[in-house]
Amino acid sequence: MLQSESKRYGERAIKWLLASCAVLSVLTTTAIVFSLIGPTIGFFEVVPADDFFFGVDWTPQFEPPSFGVLSIVAGTLNVALWGMLFAIPIGLGSAVYLSEYASPRVRRTIKPALEVLAGIPTVAIGFFAVSFILPEIIVPLWPGELLGGAEGKPFLALAAGLGIGLMVVPIIASISEDAMSAVPRGLHEGAYALGATKAKVAVRVIFPAALSGIVASIVLAISRAVGETMIVVLAAGSTPKFTLNPVESIQAMTSYIATTATGDISTGTVDYKSVFAVGTVLFVMTLVMNVVSIRLVRRYREVYE
Amino acid sequence: MLTEQAPKIEVRPEFQSSAPEAAREKVFELRDIEVLYSGVSAVKGISMEIGRNEVTAMIGPSGCGKSTLLRCLNRMNDLIPTAEVKGELLYHGEDLYGSGVDPVQVRKLIGMVFQKPNPFPKSIYDNVAFGPRILGRKEGLDEVVEKALRGAALWHEVKDRLKDNAFGLSGGQQQRLCIARCIAVKPDVILMDEPCSALDPISTGKIEDLMIELKNQFSIVIVTHNMQQAARVSDRTAFLMTELDATEHTRWGRLVEYDVTQQIFTNPSDKRTEDYVSGKVG
Amino acid sequence: MSAASGASAPRNRLAVAGARSTTEAMLRNQPRGDVIRNAIFAGLLLLAVCIALAGLLALLIQAFAKGSSALTLDLITNPPSTAFPDKAGYRPAIIGSLQLIAGVMLFVVPVGIGAAIYLEEYADGSRWWNRLIEINIQNLAAVPSIIYGILGLAFIVRGPMDLGFILAAGSLTLALLVLPMVIIASREALRAVPDSIRQGSLALGATQWQTIRTQVLPASVPGIATGVILAVSRAIGETAPLLLVGATVFVTFDPTPFGSDGYSAMPVQIFNYALRPQEEFQALAAAGIIVMLVVLLAMNSFAIWLRNRYEQRW
Repeated sequence: MLQSESKRYGERAIKWLLASCAVLSVLTTTAIVFSLIGPTIGFFEVVPADDFFFGVDWTPQFEPPSFGVLSIVAGTLNVALWGMLFAIPIGLGSAVYLSEYASPRVRRTIKPALEVLAGIPTVAIGFFAVSFILPEIIVPLWPGELLGGAEGKPFLALAAGLGIGLMVVPIIASISEDAMSAVPRGLHEGAYALGATKAKVAVRVIFPAALSGIVASIVLAISRAVGETMIVVLAAGSTPKFTLNPVESIQAMTSYIATTATGDISTGTVDYKSVFAVGTVLFVMTLVMNVVSIRLVRRYREVYE
Repeated sequence: MLTEQAPKIEVRPEFQSSAPEAAREKVFELRDIEVLYSGVSAVKGISMEIGRNEVTAMIGPSGCGKSTLLRCLNRMNDLIPTAEVKGELLYHGEDLYGSGVDPVQVRKLIGMVFQKPNPFPKSIYDNVAFGPRILGRKEGLDEVVEKALRGAALWHEVKDRLKDNAFGLSGGQQQRLCIARCIAVKPDVILMDEPCSALDPISTGKIEDLMIELKNQFSIVIVTHNMQQAARVSDRTAFLMTELDATEHTRWGRLVEYDVTQQIFTNPSDKRTEDYVSGKVG
Repeated sequence: MSAASGASAPRNRLAVAGARSTTEAMLRNQPRGDVIRNAIFAGLLLLAVCIALAGLLALLIQAFAKGSSALTLDLITNPPSTAFPDKAGYRPAIIGSLQLIAGVMLFVVPVGIGAAIYLEEYADGSRWWNRLIEINIQNLAAVPSIIYGILGLAFIVRGPMDLGFILAAGSLTLALLVLPMVIIASREALRAVPDSIRQGSLALGATQWQTIRTQVLPASVPGIATGVILAVSRAIGETAPLLLVGATVFVTFDPTPFGSDGYSAMPVQIFNYALRPQEEFQALAAAGIIVMLVVLLAMNSFAIWLRNRYEQRW
């Protein structure tokens, strides 16, 4: 009477089918690593690791070629730096405003607007950066000859940087606002009851309480900025330079990969393999940042839930 | 003996006597049941027998493991990965936890009504028809649904709006819907885990009346915080209490006394039972 | 304050303003500096929001300004052309994008929802390998899209799968890119279903799959659908991975999923036009951006409407 009527093979089969879907996600990471590893090792058989990791000249097409990755890493960091200098105050300011000051009606208009911004394809932002930000904003406003001047240059790291900054503002704003809203009302009310002003409450009480979520959002934004391709390709140019100067044209890791892997190179050459070596560096950098960010988000979620 | 100041507990006259021990058909036999969560005992040493077509109540202070024990009876503790059941639990003589026993089958025979009414976000009709449909039934659902709703004393209130969403019902109605849903599957036993604690007194009264009627068809085991409720509806009552082990700083629930309801409330054998039912301890 | 003549009116106004803020501060028991600092702070925050919104508006307006001249029906019906920009269009790119998206959905819907169901309903969360899968998925959601391009190039187009530079390969690459998003959104939708529903169903003698199929899944469909639509929006706009897996920029015929003559997609075509300095091509790029933005806006609005309309309130 208590035995089952059927063997229920179907149940077990379904469980295995669903599990295989989940395992596929692990396989994706394996496939990525697999794709990167072979050519990367091949690359380091030809190019000494010292030259790669400590060299500042990235000139693969010269004879003899130089593969100093620091040059394009600098390009990536250049763009990311200026992007974050824009995005952090704008993103955090928006987050504090939305969480502490905005009325529900205002919030209902601004939040969707930020979601729209988050959904804009990067090719559109890159186009905006090179055809508007560069000529209409940077060139007129840049102080003359400072750092070499912005006049007459078709590509600027700063243009790509501002484009990337605009792109990641929604990431910082929405995750930080989420973290701030998760702070219990009791903390707000306690602080107000002690006579603190709104500004003090926001800065001295809420901000520190939400800190891990805020930091997580910034780390995630940096990760996105570092991994962005189209904006950099369209607006920052393709000349590798070991500099953080915003009014130079540079090449980032992503733009190197994009331009080289679509060009006419045959598999097996050092050039081809260099794409994978750079890809490995990029993957590892963003992996570290992602794991840090995930841990931080988990921490702030745990504390208040 | 109860003192004069103790509140008078009403025991219904029909419960003054019940079937003599030997003639009682046993639905469950529990022998030294112990339930552990992550290796820590929640209840220990529970031995009792639950009779057919009776209402058996389990009372006791909070946290003494009544619900844990109840959930053993239909193997709902299986859903908790850290739970472990030791001892022997026989259902009509068969080992409920034997190898080869299918928990899904167990739950078709032993149904459960929960503390907080949990109707599905579907129509009233689909809620009640859910069980039979799962069993593979495709025709005659209208009659099954009507019979179940009548059995739960809900038919007249909902017969004109069977397609309405169940969430539109009041708390008491939702709980009776859950009872209807349960009996539509025609189980052998119905377990109720504090079924009225979330309800108002009028709904509580309706459900208590229902329990007394339903025991003619089913065997009912109910966990309740409300002593008076146990006294009102049950044939037998089990009193559980936590016991402390000073040396190991752990506590678990123990079965202190189990007897015909009238005995428990008017002439308990154990002093602890007497203290509890007279309100001296909470 | 004594009555003042016209010449000292500004001074009077200043004095009145100063008196007013001092009185306010005293009534509130705050030092004057605080009131002013408060106002400046709030002002700065509002400025931040306005800058963000201004950036968005500028982008939209500029796209319209530059591209409206090229917004003709030709845009959709004509193939691209470098020789005749005034007659050029996006036809193969549009068809390519549609096919790519269809492929993405075919893959991502069953696999993403299946993975989410397993992780939420079957997997024991305390086991280390399940936690590893979770971190893995969250990481994959943030891996740069060009890395997926490398994956596509080395694994799907060449390497073990060796599909060649066909549209199906591009579809699979994009599908892998957005799969984590679908899994994460579906998991949240499943998690939102209260446990009491599952317990109620199981207590009636339903199996776990029956419970999922008849109770949990139907209740989470709106959330899952929203997640899928947002993931597809992301896939539509991605350029970098497609560049690496052979979305050749110059295709003048209608692409097919398994044809080996090459294929194109909207963002790739826009990219190609944007690279050309001539005004006509810039206008074409902007027009393509307008078309994409309109489509994306429609999709996202639909997703939000869907969620609001059908969301189960417990």
